[in-house]
Amino acid sequence: MTSSELTLRGVGKSFGRGNRRNRVLDGIDLTLADNEFVSLVGASGCGKSTLLSLVSGLQDYDEGTIEVGGSLVEGPGRDRGVVFQHYTLMPWLNARQNIEFALKAAGYSRADSTRIANEHLALVGLSESAEAYPSQLSGGMKQRVAIARALSYKPRMLLMDEPFGALDALTRRDMQELLIDVWQHHRLTVLFVTHDVEEAVFLSDRVVVMGRYPGCIREEVNIDLPRPRKPEVTGSPEFAELHWRVMSSIKQEAALAS
Amino acid sequence: MSKTATNDIGEPMPADVHERESSNRTKATPRRRRRPLLSITTRIDSRRYLAISTVAFVLFVMLWWGITAAEIVKPMFLPSPERVWQRLSALAAGGQLWDDLGISLFRISFSFFLACAMAIPLGMLIGSFRVLDAAFEPMIDFIRYMPVVAFVPLTILWVGTNEPQKYLIIWLGTFFQLTLMVQDCVKRVPRDFIDVGRTLEMREWTILQRIVLPSSAPAIWDAMRICLGWAWSWLVLAELVAASAGMGYRITVAQRYFQTDTIIGYVLVLGLLGLASDQLMKLLGKTMFRYQERT
Ligand SMILES: Nc1ncnc2c1ncn2[C@@H]1O[C@H](COP(=O)(O)OP(=O)(O)OP(=O)(O)O)[C@@H](O)[C@H]1O
Ligand SMILES: [Mg+2]
Repeated sequence: MTSSELTLRGVGKSFGRGNRRNRVLDGIDLTLADNEFVSLVGASGCGKSTLLSLVSGLQDYDEGTIEVGGSLVEGPGRDRGVVFQHYTLMPWLNARQNIEFALKAAGYSRADSTRIANEHLALVGLSESAEAYPSQLSGGMKQRVAIARALSYKPRMLLMDEPFGALDALTRRDMQELLIDVWQHHRLTVLFVTHDVEEAVFLSDRVVVMGRYPGCIREEVNIDLPRPRKPEVTGSPEFAELHWRVMSSIKQEAALAS
Repeated sequence: MSKTATNDIGEPMPADVHERESSNRTKATPRRRRRPLLSITTRIDSRRYLAISTVAFVLFVMLWWGITAAEIVKPMFLPSPERVWQRLSALAAGGQLWDDLGISLFRISFSFFLACAMAIPLGMLIGSFRVLDAAFEPMIDFIRYMPVVAFVPLTILWVGTNEPQKYLIIWLGTFFQLTLMVQDCVKRVPRDFIDVGRTLEMREWTILQRIVLPSSAPAIWDAMRICLGWAWSWLVLAELVAASAGMGYRITVAQRYFQTDTIIGYVLVLGLLGLASDQLMKLLGKTMFRYQERT
């Protein structure tokens, strides 16, 4: 058993006040091991994004504890890199400057920032586009720069909220393979939100299925497919079976809720 | 491996068209569809744009010329274009036009600069911090709807009829408006951008400088452009009432002597100045914020 990197115990979260109070997350217990890749799936509105933002520290939780690397989460921090669903590259900076922006904020010198930014652009295959502004990049390229930015300052964890949600199927597949490459290269812990079950099974060591009203953890499915995984694995019977297990868990949940 | 356009939970996924490199398989003869000129998204090149707007100006002058040539209106009320041109040339040759222009340009530049230098920081603070919003926004909103014209007699009582009174009028007319416009620009900075700063553990002050300011800069520039347009009106107002030089002053003097040619000439010059300053701001904005364009 490897050491645990992220631990959530009895985490709860509500929005609103008085009788408009809406309980969004309830009694969430979840542990991620060091270097583990875990996906959160579940129907729309079950609180996946909320849970991720609690871990990132961008929102505060009401109950329970969240620990990263043994210390309590009390706000955002550079130990957790975040990739947002919407494009968040600064439009006035080109691809390289966007990565340097993060590195400078993390205290790197100008020379180091440029060097590390170039390395990370190469890592996501965008060395050619270093000088391009976000308005000149495609959606997939923008997310690649965003991933490079989040990785550049060496966080312990990467938190991703449907980072490929706006991309078409082909680009999505490319991005998934790229992400796996990068993950193996960097050896970090990833918490990944998606509502694409195939994506979750293909990428993850473990898929966490969430339920609704209030948001909770319904089931955890270990994905024991061997790594490195080739895209062909999605056609294998083992994959189909795991895919089915996650799917039926979500469907059951939906039936319960309605 | 085929994937449909819906994901596994059955929600449609937006396909990013730019990503599909494999879709340009059809390499038939290139055939460009001619777009009708009057279609909402049709763009025209800058040469054609310039031609159309020049024609509009020429038509305007011809209409004016036609009215005076046909003597529909008495020359004392509406002098002909030639007369106005002769008068302006004479005033330019005598140096009076340039003196008036110089004074007015200084007044508007100085006061507008002052208004911007104060409104931009204040607007950014109000737009970013709710506490300051509560403290300033309702009050400024209240003040900005007070008629500037009504402040003219007050400003004369307060600071006299010297230069500061002109600055004060222009400042009153632009500072409050611009502050709230800047506040609005700052509020539109995407929340995610600020969250990026937070995840990088940037301090609030750094987020303000490095994220909020550059992100809202194009919109703030536009707000400044609009305010500069108003500033021209406030300038003339200030000069009409109590001045001993400047474009507005010359207009009131000309009125006393029924010199409608001078009045119209000066009004046209003011119009041209406004047009030039607006186009200059647009051009500067285009160069400064070039990154917004796709190339
Ligand atoms: N700031 C907020 N204020 C009030 N309610 C909120 C807020 N943010 C989220 N919620 C509510 O919390 C619930 C969970 O939202 P969340 O965005 O976490 O869902 P999700 O699982 O990410 O959904 P999706 O798959 O559609 O992205 C929803 O019912 C939503 O209305
Ligand atoms: Mg979400």
